[in-house]
Amino acid sequence: MNTKGVMIVGVGGQGSLLASKLLGRLLVNEDYDVKVSEVHGMSQRGGSVVTYVRYGDKVYSPIITDGEADVIIAFEKLEAARYARFLKKDGLIVVNTQQIDPMPVIIGAAEYPENILNELKDKGVNIEAVDALTLAEQAGSAKCVNIVLMGCAAKRFGIPYDAWIKAIENTVAPKFVQMNKKAFDLGYNS
Amino acid sequence: MKRLMIGNQAVACGLYDGGLSVMSSYPGTPSTEITEFLSKYDDIHTEWAPNEKVACEVAFGASLAGARSACGMKHVGLNVAADPLFTLSYTGVNGGMVICVADDPAMHSSQNEQDSRHYAIASKVPMLEPSDSMEAYTFAKSAFEISEKYDTPVILRMCTRIAHSQSIVETDENREAVLKDYEKNPSKYIMMPGNAVKRHPAVEERMTKLREFAEDCVYNTVEMNSDEIGIITSGCSYLYVKEVMGDSASILKIGMPNPLPEKLIRDFASKVKKLYVIEELDPIIENHVRSLGIEVTGKEMFSILGEFSQQTVAKAFGKAADPGVEANSAIPARPPMMCAGCPHRGMFYTLAKNKITVHGDIGCYTLGAVPPLNALDTTLCMGASISGLHGFNLARRAEAEKKSVAVIGDSTFMHSGMTGLVNVAYNATNSTVIILDNSITGMTGHQQNPTTGYNIKGDPAAKVDLEKLCHALGINRVRVVDPYDLKECETAVKEELAAEEPSVIISRRPCVLLKYVKHEAPLKVDENKCKSCKRCMGLGCPAISLKNSKAKIDNTLCVGCGVCKQLCAFGAIE
Repeated sequence: MNTKGVMIVGVGGQGSLLASKLLGRLLVNEDYDVKVSEVHGMSQRGGSVVTYVRYGDKVYSPIITDGEADVIIAFEKLEAARYARFLKKDGLIVVNTQQIDPMPVIIGAAEYPENILNELKDKGVNIEAVDALTLAEQAGSAKCVNIVLMGCAAKRFGIPYDAWIKAIENTVAPKFVQMNKKAFDLGYNS
Repeated sequence: MKRLMIGNQAVACGLYDGGLSVMSSYPGTPSTEITEFLSKYDDIHTEWAPNEKVACEVAFGASLAGARSACGMKHVGLNVAADPLFTLSYTGVNGGMVICVADDPAMHSSQNEQDSRHYAIASKVPMLEPSDSMEAYTFAKSAFEISEKYDTPVILRMCTRIAHSQSIVETDENREAVLKDYEKNPSKYIMMPGNAVKRHPAVEERMTKLREFAEDCVYNTVEMNSDEIGIITSGCSYLYVKEVMGDSASILKIGMPNPLPEKLIRDFASKVKKLYVIEELDPIIENHVRSLGIEVTGKEMFSILGEFSQQTVAKAFGKAADPGVEANSAIPARPPMMCAGCPHRGMFYTLAKNKITVHGDIGCYTLGAVPPLNALDTTLCMGASISGLHGFNLARRAEAEKKSVAVIGDSTFMHSGMTGLVNVAYNATNSTVIILDNSITGMTGHQQNPTTGYNIKGDPAAKVDLEKLCHALGINRVRVVDPYDLKECETAVKEELAAEEPSVIISRRPCVLLKYVKHEAPLKVDENKCKSCKRCMGLGCPAISLKNSKAKIDNTLCVGCGVCKQLCAFGAIE
């Protein structure tokens, strides 16, 4: 199998780490060679953060560059647009419709492009927008946004539903498993 | 057991399984997790030292005593530890000793992108460089054997992409920790001139033996696939080369960048028509190849700047993928910033408001430099704020002394700020130093330090009393303020700048991200009272934004610190 690439992008502090942990575990369980590249340190402080996940028979590079991502899971709209050029032609962006203003917007030095997702859609980008925050709250906590989004993207991976559930059980602390399964289902069926 | 782990965890497992007994480090991205993972083992000693020089010397002491030891640091930390390193090369070791250093090409979280390989060459110490987590494990483990066999410390060089990328590792978990005998040996371990003169030839002999070792060691591997293109590469560059070239080029992978082999390179070069060196940062391998009189293409095609990727290699060989679609709208940058409720904000607002010249230092508070606060004038290296301020004040005297301060975090003050403060007192400038005491080493992800009262395992430890320490270093005026209280901050800054003697202001409040810190209820803006003056926006708080020209507070981010409330002249924030 050719190496596949998944990017998880968002704002430092949004909890993309659990999403990449879940995905990493799932892919190891499925016996793929896997590499996951994370961001630590200064950029985590409210900055734009990106995690790369690559899997296949044999993976060399841990990172993804222009035109190489099969799926981009974006926790925030602007971040989806920032990394759109990493997407393959037939790739998919799953994006949370949440808007988080970056500092240049907050202080009035730049404008948030409100219509950014439609702009990308008009250019032929395959986008699945989902109000993951509302679904996460339905599941029991706003913190489940990450798992809701994983649920939305799951069908794209061609990995059986049960394997995802097993990976959630492997990754999440026992007392949060039920809530995260619900969050995953809400995303999966959305 | 097969597990997915980041390179730093793999180094930790490798050191542990290699028989490590003592680990001393100073936190620094991207090296921190090596020591954090090791701290979970209860049968070894791990510690956060006040700085990298101390850490390296602790590792030396443990090695001298016969244990296998290591220290960990980021690339600029090795500058601090360079003093012991260069002479450690002369003394050699008793128990195996590994110096783990992590470079940060592209400066994801650093002030420069220096190449640690220069240190290995300059100090005449062997260096290993893994390409993924599996190699990080095996290289770390076997580094102890090289160290003991060749009587030398070994440097294990990581870089951001290897340190923070997870890949699959299979550990063998057959740890055996041995404490070798300690015997007094002055001619080897007391580096006074008469002894050191005799040790230098031993260093040169060792390098000759290591060069022989490099010719056919397991770390340097050859993949002959083509007689057209040959690529010499190392570290993560190897991954990018394999990703793009697969089996279409011959590859000499260097896992031991110091010392570099000669015969192996000559032999490889002779079998290919066109030779390339692909290495991040400085042309270390390339210069070596050129010194052998071999024609090679390197930095003229592959930049000396920043990080590589598969795209770097693909572009060079005309194989790059087309980029995806880009939006026409400008995408505003999202730079890192101080968190909502960060205790540094109140002090930086005070300094910016009063147009103070601020000598900054290394930590979260470097973010005081970004808009809208723009509070910093300079940031150089760990500890430089205080010594830099002293020099600045010497050059401009009273004019500067009345409107310049140094800001430094609690951990950075312990690292190398103290000596600067001694100098301020001893060589007498009326300098004003602000210690931003947030009771943790923040930027690297919350490590304990000597001022927090806890050790690396979270157990109670001796706690440095910063007030007493500053007094003892020769500063008479020491006062503590709460950075959430803007009036108190401003009064303190004005009074201490006016004082005709050096002074220290300790701006004290724990990092808002610490688990034990209780958050207040989020504040709200009364839209009827808000006059759109945007004064609160000047704080650069991520929780405050402008909606329909009125200030709005994001209740998921606000921790109720109340700093914005003190600024609002219309009582609109409650």
